Amino acid sequence: MGITQLLFWILAIASLFSALMVVTSKNPVYSVIWLIITFFTISGHYVLLNAQFLAIVNIIVYAGAIMVLFLFVIMLMNLSKETEPQKNKWLRLIGALAGGCLMLVLVAALKDTAGKDAELGTGSIGLIQNLGSVLFHDYVVPFEISSILFLSAMVGAVVIGKKEERTGPREGNRQLVEDAKESMGV
Amino acid sequence: MKNLIALVPLLPLIGFLVNGLGRKHLSKGLVGAIGSGTVLGSFLISLYIFFKGPLSATPVRYFDFIQAGSLHIPFAFQVDQLSSLFLLIITGVGFLIHVYSTAYMHEEKREHFGRYFAYLNLFVFSMLLLVMGSNFVIMFIGWEGVGLCSYLLIGYWFKNIDYTKAAKKAFVMNRIGDLGFLLAVFWIIAKTGSVDFGTVFANVGKLTSADITGITLLLFLGATGKSAQIPLYTWLPDAMAGPTPVSALIHAATMVTAGIYMIARSNALFAHADVTNTVIAIIGAATALLAATIALRQNDIKKVLAYSTVSQLGYMFLALGCGAYSAAVFHVMTHAFFKALLFLGSGSVIHAVSGQQDIRFMGGLKGKLKITYLTFFIGCLAIAGIPPFSGFFSKDAILLSAFEHDKFLYVIGLLTAALTAFYMFRLLFITFNGSFRGTEEQRHHIHESPAAMTIPLFVLAVLSIIGGFVGVPDVFLHGGERLGAFLSPVIPEAHHEIAHNTEMLLMGLTTIIAIGAIVFAWIRYRNYKEEQNGSFGRLLQNKWYVDELYDSVIVRPVNRLGAVSQKYFERSGIDFLVNGVGRLVNYGGRQLRWMQSGQVGSYVLLMVISMVLFFVLQFFLRK
Amino acid sequence: MDIRYYLFLSLALFVIGIMGVLTRRNAIIVFMCIELMLNAVNLLLVAFSKMHHLAAGAGASTVGSEGQLFVFFIMVVAAAEVSVGLAIIVMLYRNTHSVDVNFLNRLKH
Repeated sequence: MGITQLLFWILAIASLFSALMVVTSKNPVYSVIWLIITFFTISGHYVLLNAQFLAIVNIIVYAGAIMVLFLFVIMLMNLSKETEPQKNKWLRLIGALAGGCLMLVLVAALKDTAGKDAELGTGSIGLIQNLGSVLFHDYVVPFEISSILFLSAMVGAVVIGKKEERTGPREGNRQLVEDAKESMGV
Repeated sequence: MKNLIALVPLLPLIGFLVNGLGRKHLSKGLVGAIGSGTVLGSFLISLYIFFKGPLSATPVRYFDFIQAGSLHIPFAFQVDQLSSLFLLIITGVGFLIHVYSTAYMHEEKREHFGRYFAYLNLFVFSMLLLVMGSNFVIMFIGWEGVGLCSYLLIGYWFKNIDYTKAAKKAFVMNRIGDLGFLLAVFWIIAKTGSVDFGTVFANVGKLTSADITGITLLLFLGATGKSAQIPLYTWLPDAMAGPTPVSALIHAATMVTAGIYMIARSNALFAHADVTNTVIAIIGAATALLAATIALRQNDIKKVLAYSTVSQLGYMFLALGCGAYSAAVFHVMTHAFFKALLFLGSGSVIHAVSGQQDIRFMGGLKGKLKITYLTFFIGCLAIAGIPPFSGFFSKDAILLSAFEHDKFLYVIGLLTAALTAFYMFRLLFITFNGSFRGTEEQRHHIHESPAAMTIPLFVLAVLSIIGGFVGVPDVFLHGGERLGAFLSPVIPEAHHEIAHNTEMLLMGLTTIIAIGAIVFAWIRYRNYKEEQNGSFGRLLQNKWYVDELYDSVIVRPVNRLGAVSQKYFERSGIDFLVNGVGRLVNYGGRQLRWMQSGQVGSYVLLMVISMVLFFVLQFFLRK
Repeated sequence: MDIRYYLFLSLALFVIGIMGVLTRRNAIIVFMCIELMLNAVNLLLVAFSKMHHLAAGAGASTVGSEGQLFVFFIMVVAAAEVSVGLAIIVMLYRNTHSVDVNFLNRLKH
């Protein structure tokens, strides 16, 4: 077992563990931090696969921008406490069971596939030079379209997030929520 | 020429659209002008075509109406001698009646006035389509169109439930006939592969005699419905529920003659169907006699005229059955003149006595309604067949052909002629002679109708006097029978083999009998008093109880069958199934409602579960 | 490295994400689990891209780069999605003072 294989196993175990922690942490802030760790491990996998560009982008965009956005939101809402009401125990069980079944079925389906190798540590397609030339030669139009997508998402986010004329939560909605809470016995 | 021909039916259609759509916005004067003007336009074009246009049997094609496999049905018109004659009758009489209507319907509300004229124009359009079509399908479109307009106009005062029932009756009776027509058309298509008049008539030789008999009998069934013959005649008297000008136009002058036109048009077929001709002659004669007897004891002025119309139509069918097609068409024409005149005259009377229709409450109107009386009198003379009025020539032509064909039918025809003269003059004397028997209020109100009503009366009276001269028989005038000669390209000319002095004798006999009947009527009804009906009189007054017979033999059993099937098939069969489906879906929906909880989590769960199921399923399918 | 290891690794990450979506009620955590699922797919895409590159031989220098470009585009879409989604969550919180997905059952009506 070479060093790359060893690194792969370490990273795999780390990413699985941190992913599990994302799901199981009670505190959303911890979840976010575990998710960032997961992204770091996945970036590690990218480095192992010699996809440096994606590794960097993953860290900058995901771990840097998106997760910070999550953190911001959580802290703005002051959700850091472990206030999440628990789902019905049976429902949780069924959810976990269904996920497990899916895992089982997929593993069963994929276990007989031909075992081709993926090259580790070598190869230059993941380098920024190659990706850039392909991106700007063959994928210029999708690239531009994605910029429009960004723009529209930005506008959408602003429109949705804008405070309405009336300040504070609307009475009617709050009433609805209270009713719903009551009817659910919370 | 092609466009000019298309304009004839198009103008009334435009009038229908304008009046129908703008009935709430256009003024009454404008509506009347549009309604009459479009028909006048058609009339003028028809005149032009009649005198200038090449009248030929070649169809004028416009576009393909139906194209399915080997069947081609073009939308085409055929303007030959027969249809151009009908064009003149329809648009000419139609125009006069439109003018008359502007005054007669003047008290209607604006939108109803517009509706009336829209229907009237639509009727003229459909009727023109009927006579101009160059194949059975176009004719059928017009055939159905006039039936619809008849229904709409009979039920014009739709708030009166009796009137709408009368309209319904007319429609259903017509449908029975229409079914016959339709089946005949299908039969023709099946046997000749075409519906075009020219092609079909050219291929008559290829049909077996059974086919011809079947087709012609079915066509005749259609004609009995539209032209009110036994057994489908009962709708026509009830159709008098419509406004009087409508009765004049549709139920006297034009629509009811559609059956005659159709048979005259298909004379090539009917010439080969002896059985059918016998049936037509017998039914025609029987209808003529039956309706004439009923008319003897009717007290509603319009009902008398309605039965008289049925009776005269019977005459025409008698002529058709005897093979005298041109005589039938001749009678159609003269009948259109004098019957429209009589109806319009009766309308003028009804107008004068504030809507009263019962002649027992009229009388003595001679002095007040001079013009109406004069024209009505002319109409009566014409229908009674007094020379030299138009009815004399046409009726005589029919009686002559009946005499040649079968003596018994001739006797019935003669008897009917006598009855006709009698009941028409009974009507005239009761209405106009004697003293007024209505209320004081009505007496004060009696007045002559406005010019828009009297001028058409005048025109029609003149036509009733001179209209017969187009068909003066050879006996009187060498080179007579002008009409027959004119129609000869379409209808083979009839050759009378009868001696001239016999013919003169027959004419004299008819005239003497008619005059005798008039004198008898004069004696009996000069000073009308309430008459006591004997048992036979009651039988006649109740129209031989035919309506009651139909009611108990057909209507009530059908209603009972309907009730039974409603109870068993409808309720417990179809309704159960339909409601069952609804209930099943309802039940299923309620059972599945928990799935639509609106909670994202449960949707995702279902998604995952179904994904798993798909994978599992694929496993099994692959192995 | 055998591709199946990557396959099972990303499968496991994906299923963990699904389990999170199914079991948690906090909208933000549900959202993060979706991000996790996206990343699992990304990882697999990169692995496949390298596999194809290897299979195509040394001469074909750009074979397989499409897979990595796809990952790039997925990241773009994910960033857009996150910005809108978080805006929605913020608004939800502002209106209801809760981020419980079970209160989002207004879809029913």
